[in-house]
Amino acid sequence: MSEVFTTAVMVAVTASAIRLAVPLLLASLGETFGQRSGVLNLGVDGIMLLGAFTGYYAVLKTGNVWLGLLAAGIVGLVLGVASAVIAVTLKAEQGISGIGIYLFGLGMSDLLFQKLVGTPIPIDTFPTVNVPLLADIPYIGEMFFQHSLVIYLAFAAIPVATFVMNRTTFGMNIRAVGEYPDAADTLGVSVSGVRYATEIIGGTLAGLAGGVLAITLGIFQQNLTNGAGFIAIALVYFGAWRPIGIMLGALLFGFVNALVLELKTLEIIPRDLSNIAAMAPAIITILALVFVARRFRAPSALTKPFTRGK
Amino acid sequence: MSINIGSKQRRYLAYSIPVLAVFAALLFGAIMLVLLGADPFKGYSEMFIGAFGSGDALIATLLKATPLLFVGTGIVIAFRAGVINIGAEGQMVLGGLFAAMAALYLPEMPTIIMVPLVLIAGVIGGGLWGWIPGALKAYYRVNEILSTIMLNIVAVQLMAYLLRGPLIDPAEIERGTRIPQTARLAESADLPILFGNRLHIGPVLAVLCAIATYYLLWRTPLGYRLRAVGLSEHAARYAGIPVRRTIALALTLSGALAGLAGAVLVFGSESHRMVTDGSTMGFTGGAGFNGIVAALLGGLHPLWTIPASLLFGGLIVGGQALQRAVQVPSALIVALNGLVVIFVVAADRYRAKLLAVDSREEASNESDIDDDSEAHAATGMGAVHDAAPDGTHSFDPEDSS
Repeated sequence: MSEVFTTAVMVAVTASAIRLAVPLLLASLGETFGQRSGVLNLGVDGIMLLGAFTGYYAVLKTGNVWLGLLAAGIVGLVLGVASAVIAVTLKAEQGISGIGIYLFGLGMSDLLFQKLVGTPIPIDTFPTVNVPLLADIPYIGEMFFQHSLVIYLAFAAIPVATFVMNRTTFGMNIRAVGEYPDAADTLGVSVSGVRYATEIIGGTLAGLAGGVLAITLGIFQQNLTNGAGFIAIALVYFGAWRPIGIMLGALLFGFVNALVLELKTLEIIPRDLSNIAAMAPAIITILALVFVARRFRAPSALTKPFTRGK
Repeated sequence: MSINIGSKQRRYLAYSIPVLAVFAALLFGAIMLVLLGADPFKGYSEMFIGAFGSGDALIATLLKATPLLFVGTGIVIAFRAGVINIGAEGQMVLGGLFAAMAALYLPEMPTIIMVPLVLIAGVIGGGLWGWIPGALKAYYRVNEILSTIMLNIVAVQLMAYLLRGPLIDPAEIERGTRIPQTARLAESADLPILFGNRLHIGPVLAVLCAIATYYLLWRTPLGYRLRAVGLSEHAARYAGIPVRRTIALALTLSGALAGLAGAVLVFGSESHRMVTDGSTMGFTGGAGFNGIVAALLGGLHPLWTIPASLLFGGLIVGGQALQRAVQVPSALIVALNGLVVIFVVAADRYRAKLLAVDSREEASNESDIDDDSEAHAATGMGAVHDAAPDGTHSFDPEDSS
């Protein structure tokens, strides 16, 4: 075990934890907006997969990683609108319709990949941006300040999300609609309008999360996310519907994943036990859910479609 | 009487809505086929022939419908108790694993003992995997949608671990191929064949389970408690019903039926082994999710879930035929499957709405109620409409304090 805990390994694991945390962080932040307004979008993983493929394909064709990210965001936005139509306008049972969105994204991204690309071709990845001065600090620099621009931006989104949620009219409306839709409606807040907006934010961020994942890895394959979208949903609960909590959760998961990967590479986890190690995130999530459920309460209108006068 | 006729028509319309939703999804699929450069007419006619066009096709459809019916019946129980079970995929896996282990570790016994034993093992495995989220929801207020999804992930890793390690066929190690699968399981545990060389007793068992579930839900005190909790937890609590235990039990029963589906998949398979490709859907064929759709198609009634499963089983078998015929990647079927789920679930609200109008009218016309309940008792499908809408939609995952 001793060779795991050398400084070099821990620095590498921390740096990779931050990278692995970002797709989860983005998707989870987006899902928070939806859940705070009372909509559970269980299709995040499917949206991420389609965002990932679109981002990958756009980079493959244009060679520009930022165009790839833009394309991923647009696909996410469109799917966010679709999710809103299903959950808000058609009032579908959210726990199940989300599985449909997931299956659609899982199949569609694979289908498009096979039809349009076929064999996996590596693409350009985000360039690393060293933060001046800070990147040169030994260890700390490598851990925190030698990442790509999207990583810094993703973490910068957390205070922004907190501000929007707690200090703006839009944020107040989101929370009102998620807790007391009838009261919000009486006061003239459009419940559907707010929920459409949060679903679109959620879809866009999920699409971007997929794009970041594919362009960071420089590759696409069938089921690239491997369930990351579902972990992202669980992280919303884990973080008790607060952006800061979600960031901590995403970092914890990033760290667990990075550590498991590193232990596998160093062959400290025998191959036969790698499946047991892969259970860790799901089991941690379940335990965290027990913990969170005892202390925090979900938005009271979560998964409940709104009908005026009911 | 004129009102009665109108309400009947509305009810027929209500029941046809989910089927219309399936067609809408298929229409969407036709557009996708055109975009892929395939002929949708050829595709869909191949689909129909592939599902219902021959004896073999019908048997394949029946076998595909079997896990859907087991799972769907379990979903009905959970839904009626106000619980959403997204974990049937994992529960099927656990059922399969428990059943396979029973066959591997138990001494050889005659078929008449062995088959029930392995099936019971499957029930226990699936029931356990349903009980965990059930207890977590009932006693710790953990949202069951999330916990069941997480347990699906745990189940697939557990399956991969067991089939690569402790349960692997020793021949795979000798050959060095290391395909993650068990040895051929005890022949005495093979499900007895009813007809030809493939049609085993699985479909019959599934239908029996659906009938038993109907009796459980509408003819026993336990079923009454399950439905009461689903309709209104508060009311149920005031009536002295142990709400928490009932919720845990609903998910346990739901899981047990999914586990039975898993066991039937293993012992009804042609290889008589349990194999994994590293995904749950590789083992279940997605029945854990599609069983939910079958249950919704069946109006959340165990008996209507029987034809609904058959239809959906045909859709899956036919989908595979379509994919072979027009040479599109099989990923299309997964995407189409997702569309069917979305359309059926989205349409379900309208079915519920039509039926809600229906029951209001009945309430305002007492003689109609009597007429209807007699008619329903006669067909045995009576309670389809009486509780379906509310039990499914007014539920609150956080409300079970």
